[in-house]
Amino acid sequence: MDIRKTFLEWPVVRQLTGSDPLGRGAAVQSKRSRSLEPRTTTADRMVQSVCPYCAVGCGQRVFVRDERVVQIEGDPDSPISRGRLCPKGSASEQLVNSPRRATTMLYRRPRSTSWERIGVEQATDMIADRMVESRRKRWQDTDEHGRPLRRTMGIASLGGATLDNEENYLIKKLFTALGAIQIENQARI
Amino acid sequence: MGASFGRGGATGFLQDLEKADCIVIQGSNMAECHPVGFQWVMEAKARGARVIHIDPRFSRTSAQADTYIPIRAGSDIVFLGAVINYILSNDKYFHEYVVAYTNAATLVSEDFKDVDELDGVFSGYDPETGTYDTSSWAYDGVSDHPQGDAGGQGAESEESASERAAGHELGGHGAALEHAEVKRDETLQHPRTVFQVLKRHYARYTPEMVQEVCGIAPEQLLDVCEAVTANSGRERTTCWVYSVGWTHHTTGVQGIRGSAIIQLLLGNMGRPGGGIMALRGHASIQGSTDIPTLFNLLPGYLPMPKVGPHDSLDEYLKEIASPDQKGFWTNARTYTVNLLKAWWGDAATAENDFAFHYIPKLTGDHGTYATVMSMLDDEIDGYFLLGQNPAVGSAHGRMQRLGMAHLKWLVVRDLNLIESATFWKDGPEIETGELRTEDIDTEVFFFPAASHVEKDGTFTQTQRMLQWHHKAVEPPGDAQSDLAFFYLLGQKIRDRLAGSTDERDRPILDLTWDYPVDEHGDPSAEAVLREINGVHLTGEKAGQALNTFNEMKDDGSTAGGCWIYTGVFADGVNQAARRKPGREQNWVAPEWGWAWPLNRRILYNRAAADPDGKPWSERKAYVWWDEVEQKWVGHDVPDFEVAKPPSYRPPEGASGPAALSGDDPFIMQADGKGWLYAPTGLLDGPMPAHYEPHESPVTNPLYNQQANPTRQVFPRPDNPSNPSNGERGAEIFPYVFTTYRLTEHHTAGGMSRWLPYLSELQPEFFCEVSPELARERGLVHNGWATIVTARTAIEARVMVTDRVVPLPVGGKLIHQVGLPYHWGVGNEALVTGDSANDLFGVTLDANVHIQESKVASCDVQPGRRPRGPELLEFVADYRRRAGITLETGNKLRYPHSDATTGADTDGQGEGTP
Amino acid sequence: MSTQAFGSSGIDQAFGSSGLDQAFGSSDPNGPARDAGWEDSPPRVGFFTDTSICIGCKACEVACKEWNGNPDDGFDLLGSSFDNTGQLSGSTWRHVAFIEQRRPAGTAAGVFLGMPESPARPPVELGMPSLSRPGDSGDTDGRTEFRWLMSSDVCKHCTNAACLDVCPTGALFRTEFGTVVVQDDICNGCGYCVPACPYGVIDRRIGEQGTKNVGLAQKCTLCYDRLKVGQTPACAQACPTQSIQFGTLDELRERAVDRVQTLHDAGVSEARLYGEDPAGGTGGSGAFFLLLDEPEVYGLPPDPVATTADLPRMWKHAGLAAAGFLAAAVTAFAGRRR
Repeated sequence: MDIRKTFLEWPVVRQLTGSDPLGRGAAVQSKRSRSLEPRTTTADRMVQSVCPYCAVGCGQRVFVRDERVVQIEGDPDSPISRGRLCPKGSASEQLVNSPRRATTMLYRRPRSTSWERIGVEQATDMIADRMVESRRKRWQDTDEHGRPLRRTMGIASLGGATLDNEENYLIKKLFTALGAIQIENQARI
Repeated sequence: MGASFGRGGATGFLQDLEKADCIVIQGSNMAECHPVGFQWVMEAKARGARVIHIDPRFSRTSAQADTYIPIRAGSDIVFLGAVINYILSNDKYFHEYVVAYTNAATLVSEDFKDVDELDGVFSGYDPETGTYDTSSWAYDGVSDHPQGDAGGQGAESEESASERAAGHELGGHGAALEHAEVKRDETLQHPRTVFQVLKRHYARYTPEMVQEVCGIAPEQLLDVCEAVTANSGRERTTCWVYSVGWTHHTTGVQGIRGSAIIQLLLGNMGRPGGGIMALRGHASIQGSTDIPTLFNLLPGYLPMPKVGPHDSLDEYLKEIASPDQKGFWTNARTYTVNLLKAWWGDAATAENDFAFHYIPKLTGDHGTYATVMSMLDDEIDGYFLLGQNPAVGSAHGRMQRLGMAHLKWLVVRDLNLIESATFWKDGPEIETGELRTEDIDTEVFFFPAASHVEKDGTFTQTQRMLQWHHKAVEPPGDAQSDLAFFYLLGQKIRDRLAGSTDERDRPILDLTWDYPVDEHGDPSAEAVLREINGVHLTGEKAGQALNTFNEMKDDGSTAGGCWIYTGVFADGVNQAARRKPGREQNWVAPEWGWAWPLNRRILYNRAAADPDGKPWSERKAYVWWDEVEQKWVGHDVPDFEVAKPPSYRPPEGASGPAALSGDDPFIMQADGKGWLYAPTGLLDGPMPAHYEPHESPVTNPLYNQQANPTRQVFPRPDNPSNPSNGERGAEIFPYVFTTYRLTEHHTAGGMSRWLPYLSELQPEFFCEVSPELARERGLVHNGWATIVTARTAIEARVMVTDRVVPLPVGGKLIHQVGLPYHWGVGNEALVTGDSANDLFGVTLDANVHIQESKVASCDVQPGRRPRGPELLEFVADYRRRAGITLETGNKLRYPHSDATTGADTDGQGEGTP
Repeated sequence: MSTQAFGSSGIDQAFGSSGLDQAFGSSDPNGPARDAGWEDSPPRVGFFTDTSICIGCKACEVACKEWNGNPDDGFDLLGSSFDNTGQLSGSTWRHVAFIEQRRPAGTAAGVFLGMPESPARPPVELGMPSLSRPGDSGDTDGRTEFRWLMSSDVCKHCTNAACLDVCPTGALFRTEFGTVVVQDDICNGCGYCVPACPYGVIDRRIGEQGTKNVGLAQKCTLCYDRLKVGQTPACAQACPTQSIQFGTLDELRERAVDRVQTLHDAGVSEARLYGEDPAGGTGGSGAFFLLLDEPEVYGLPPDPVATTADLPRMWKHAGLAAAGFLAAAVTAFAGRRR
């Protein structure tokens, strides 16, 4: 360590020797204050996104460092939002990183009083089994006049208004091919 | 909107609001629910535009409006009707526009009878089924149109029950007409012109009636009438803004129709600063109707086939769009074939009608509320909840939760452990003893979902614009996108059925289900979007993306999953990912994202020019005919065939696009015109008529018909209704309540009540009441109140505020209670509370099956509600005192059928008019 | 506090060129950074909060907390209109106040501002039977005109900043942008600054052990880190209606004066600026406001004075006395020599 340099960094020395004799500004600026950098510039990358809340569709900039989202703010390039966000949009980083967010697959057995943990793969297998079974059990080939129905009434779904178009597309495609028709979303609520 | 103009969705874009000279916000709390969109209203205001807010509550929107007018919840159609009446009576309509671009001059069938003549219902009403045979509403000479024949004898047929969702089907096109040859009187004098019919219909929507029904003084009405008419015409435009404050009613579609009529009469459609701005509440709710996770639709607003009329492809196509009508919807065969090819690939051939028979058939209402009732009847095994929290967000929360307790298995995919995932251990019914955790057989799977920054994909926002969001990071822990989950689930199901020879398994085994995956095995969202856009299958362009839906063929040589989205991958480029900064473009910003159809930002913009193709004024120039270039040019993509001159007139016998004249701006409509009067396509009337909400302390003074006679009622013991005025016991529920959102929260709270930064801003459920109501019921500011309906009682902290005003209506003072609906009962969220939606029963709009959850009646008492089983007894006592039976409130033709009743049994004294 | 200054450059110079009564700041409200030793400092920046276009969405509160990593402030319903924040605090550096205001008829300017036109009217007597029914007993309470004011409050970044004056550690300092910032790595939580602030802005952060910066004095930094790279502070960037405007103080002042004029022309005679006046008690703020009523209505002190404003006078007297002693001493010595 350069002792002389360190000494010169002491606020009182800077104060006495610099242009801030009262020690109110430059002289007392701490090392951290001097080296402060916003995480918008220290981020590894910035990714353009869209706010997930209402349907105004405000532009968002997502800043990532070490594969973690460190900041989400308005995208000034967006002609709709011009960089602005409402309180919900401004809380998007917390939506993503909240410690309260559920990130664990959970399973509740019939009549159980608590959750238990299972793997996503296992859970998906269990649901595939149940889909096949419920589909078969509640299958309707024709109506009472013998007209083709080709459907199952055993499986229903609700949701989609917060999902991507591509997701809705696969959901509708899969369920329709399975013959499940009771597919709904927020647009009716 | 589809019924009026030919397409659903907002007709313009948010930035265009700044071009408006007057903005009427009605049925929307824009500043609170769409704060960033509201900047464009503020811009307009700064430029001198007049901003008018009409709403039951003085909200943060009202605080910035030039004019705020309180209105009784559920009376908007009377107000709009009076504006129409003013426009017609004072010749304030835009004559040239109305004659050329609307169906004002078209003659209506002699068989049509208006509500005035039939004491509260239109011609064709069947009191037995509560439905209309709409054939008498037709244009003169177009009697036997294929759609809308919803009536029938005896019990409501299954087909007509499916028809009830027709309103939603008109999202991408107008209703069908047999042909486009209509009789017109362009002097508008013939008594059977739409213009004259309209004039007669709205004659009784007077200032006095507005005062009587809405609680709005004549001078306030006149102020609005003068403002909107002074700010419309060649030089000026007015925009109307609405959201769920209109749709969540048993008359929801007709409320929107009311503003559509005004905007057509004033010539504000298709023009900058004009139009109707539908504000949607969810990031991709427009997208989820365009590519529907809805029971009655296929992508691109193709209807799901119904058993009987749609047994074959030809029958289906014949019914949904007559080949003889005008406009682009005549290409419905092409759009359908492309969808079938996209889904079933090589298995879809001309020989097998492109596997049309693979699509399951509808037999009635399979909407979300019908589904919950099926759950209660143990008819449904499994239920998926995908980013949705019906235990809090749907009407009649108790029915939702009890329904889920009947399931065999439940899948919840969400970011947080929402109340719908934990109802089995901490729902309100556990507290009341109606459910015991140890008795609930439902298996529950909770899958953590990926957030928007953890996946690629598009949202379609409120102005029909698709915007791509890029994946920034991997999802944490077990979280995955719905795209990955459903792709994997589909594979697993296909594995299980592989080798099956059962005919019923063909659709799933033949399904095109093969998407490129990344290193994590997740499917490529871009590949899915490309399939949605469509591709050439054969020929020299095989494998290339389609540029427009006009490139689609009906012979199986092209495939595309959603025709209205064709073009989003034009030139093989993801157009939704375009992000040319707004400041480098004009205000239309056509190079930011991509809007359907074909990147048109203002719909029907042919109407921005006069019939000769010239701008109505320089100030409002937008799209016009360039004589030199012989094409339509302007600031936006023309919503018209670009080379069709204004002078074009179709040859006799033409159909489809060729039948559209050079001055038919509504190109998805069967006659090319904006519909002031809807001869078909709607199930509850060709013109909006006022009916009281399902539950109302006010008698309908307009007609001898209290509530919408076609509303869908569910008289079940678990769905009791409060009596309305004129019925016994109405005085037990004397107040009106309405629900709403706050800026600080999002819908049922799944994305806000878990976040400290939002939760601290609005930590508790409260009710807004006027000082007058507080005095009347002894409510103390910041204390507690209990709000009661026939379904349940909930408690809320009291906010006494001058922002709520009692309104003089029907000879008495009507108190309104405001309830934000974001809270729910559970143990997982940071902030919890009773849910306002628990108060509602299930009663639906006839057209789109949307529930009435913006208005109902209630009682309010000071203090907290009873706990446990005592709560059930408390509510039961209310039902007893009000004498509620299954019939209460559920009679459709009422009070007409027992019109002899001059006064009520309980001495209420209102009687029937 | 630096008494060494006396020794080197004389009393007047030490307190700035303009004389002692301007406290430790500068008479030139644009120049506090220069007076704090920043040579070549960029133009002074600040906030102009135009409350007449605030929609009370609280995006500023959230954007501020999110950027600065400030903890929540508890989940209490305050019963104060839509304000559940209450006040600025060690954890909340933006606070939106909501004021529901009844006004006598005729006092409010009609349009432009969004004052509603008589939402309440007396019930209309329609000659119906006069049975007692719910609602009949209510009256509209003489309500006439009503308005709902919203205003986002923030640290004023005073030209004469008392918090800075009293800070014994140098934790509070004047940045090159002319803003006043607490340096977390220096602050020892002594709290002298808390009562010194005439606006009640700065506060020590309350929270459980382990909460970031708990116990330290905390307040708005005007996003010092963002300013360093030319970015807009988080609150101003988020503000949907640009009620919060960020910029150089000179430009903001011009804009504010224009805005007041526009409002006055539109008949909104009550529009006024708050905190922008360099002659004011804090020497003009780096964050000032356009208000539509008296400051007290918004919970702002009507006439804030830097609590250290009298200090220079005291120092002056003390200094003169000391100089007198010195002179006397010198004279005495000189006399002896003689």
